[in-house]
Amino acid sequence: MPENIIQVEGLTKCFGDFTAVDAITFTVKKGEIFGFLGANGAGKTTAMKMLIGLSKPTKGMGSVAGFDIAKNPEKIKKRIGYMSQKFSLYNDLTVKENIRFYGGIYGLDKKRIRSKTQSILKELNLNDVAGTLVAALPLGWKQRLSFAVSMVHDPEIVFLDEPTGGVDPHVRRQFWETIYEAAALGRTIFVTTHYMDEAEYCDRVSIMVSGKIEALDTPENLKHQFKAKTMDEVFLKLAR
Amino acid sequence: MNVLRYLIQKEFIQIIRNKALLPMMTILPIVQLLLLSNAASNDVKNVNLVLIDKDRSQTSRLLRNKIEAANEFSIVSYATNNSEAMPYLQANEADIVLEIPNDFEREYFRGEAPDLQLLVNAINGQQATVGFGYLNRIIAGFNGDILENGSMAQMSQTAPRAMIQIASRNWYNPELKYTHFMAPGILAEITALLTIVLTAMNVVRERELGTIEQINVTPIKKWQFILGKLIPFLILGLVILTVGIIASKLFFDIPIRGSVTLVFGYAIVNLVAVLGFGLLISNFAETQQQAIFVAFFFVLIFILMCGLFTPIESMPKWAQYFTIPNPLAHFISVSRKVLMKGSGLADIKMEFIYTIILALVFNSLAIWSYKKQQ
Repeated sequence: MPENIIQVEGLTKCFGDFTAVDAITFTVKKGEIFGFLGANGAGKTTAMKMLIGLSKPTKGMGSVAGFDIAKNPEKIKKRIGYMSQKFSLYNDLTVKENIRFYGGIYGLDKKRIRSKTQSILKELNLNDVAGTLVAALPLGWKQRLSFAVSMVHDPEIVFLDEPTGGVDPHVRRQFWETIYEAAALGRTIFVTTHYMDEAEYCDRVSIMVSGKIEALDTPENLKHQFKAKTMDEVFLKLAR
Repeated sequence: MNVLRYLIQKEFIQIIRNKALLPMMTILPIVQLLLLSNAASNDVKNVNLVLIDKDRSQTSRLLRNKIEAANEFSIVSYATNNSEAMPYLQANEADIVLEIPNDFEREYFRGEAPDLQLLVNAINGQQATVGFGYLNRIIAGFNGDILENGSMAQMSQTAPRAMIQIASRNWYNPELKYTHFMAPGILAEITALLTIVLTAMNVVRERELGTIEQINVTPIKKWQFILGKLIPFLILGLVILTVGIIASKLFFDIPIRGSVTLVFGYAIVNLVAVLGFGLLISNFAETQQQAIFVAFFFVLIFILMCGLFTPIESMPKWAQYFTIPNPLAHFISVSRKVLMKGSGLADIKMEFIYTIILALVFNSLAIWSYKKQQ
């Protein structure tokens, strides 16, 4: 049985009187593609920010890659990658400079940065635009580059916060192919989305409704459990 | 250490690619220097005068001629009485109304010390006091002239016989050039101002774009992040200072009596303090507008209370204490002392000590208040 790389128990985050995340409990296995689903405002991003050390939990416990999220957030940061829903590469740097910068602040040495740059440019077919400012790239390319850069330090887990927002279905499909490639290398993928069709691509999904996890299983089992044909139907039944 | 190198490298690439920044660093300081050094002048060069000569005697004419001959005065009008002169004061066209009374000559030679009436428009206090001073000097001189002039046989008992002559020499700025006084101050002001605003904006911009969040999920240390911002902008500040010094030398031929190295040495410490302050602001601002407003609030206080336009010595005591945490006040003081007086390290010891303390306090607060975690 594979070990649990993420373990969360009763994790809660309150902003004043408002409870954004309400005592959620779940585990993610090593190597899994874990879909973290929910409507806008259900608390997905807040929950994820507690896991990656951007937000302090109000209550509850959690560990990521073997470290406590409240006590050792900086140790976790070495082992995880993160791609936020806001595009977060530097638009005024070139493709190459962005890779070098993020490689550099993750503490990679020069040689490693050079080889990483080459492999990313090759995999994403970006060799022709290596010296182009990122601002000039189409959104779909930016997102794939951003995903690749979030893994520049070979993290064990990658957290993706609505990575495919704002692009057409074709580009979304392409993006998911790169996610599969990353998972094939043994990386754990933790991905939030509100596109229910994307849920079908995940090994297991959890569905969050107003701060609580209402369902957690494989897409197949969930459809069976809720007597639904698609994940969309499952979601609509839960949200009601 | 390596991490820091990549942070600085990235910051410089961004600075160089930013098209607005280069003109801001070169043209702005030069325009400010030219404009402010000449225009923001406390020199009183021209005092407008209304003369009422009720006496119309030989002596009163002598006094009139003396005043007319003085460069500092322009006579707006010769009135015959007060009510004719008042509208000029009302309309702010005259600064001073001088009335020579009816029996001026007679009383003067009788030794009765006649009263000259001066009505001073004190709305502009500076203009009024200085104009009053000029006029007083002329009248005293007139007094002395008549006393020396032997033809006036009937000398009065009350008029002073011998005048004490005060001969003053103006050190450090012998020609009393106002630009020589202003330029070194404005130099310091521009350097500090631009760097505060640029750093405050820079970090907040990263927050707005979301790139700061990406940096916060890396294992980067807080001090690395702060230094990574501080060093590039410190170098930027030194460039601005260099441009400013060259421009002041070229345009105003300001004296550079002390060591330029000392000015730069102090500037580094001062910029570290000022940049720490800018970073501190940026940690508390969510948007660039907020950052600008807060920076503007402090910059205004810093500028008005730094001794650039009004001497710190003439502020009330409590306000003088407020200039101690004002890095700009120390910068201006050092810049004037070293450039104009040729002061050495020992003379600017206190400024150095205060600034080092400020640098430590501002930067510790900036590191402390920079939160990687919400």
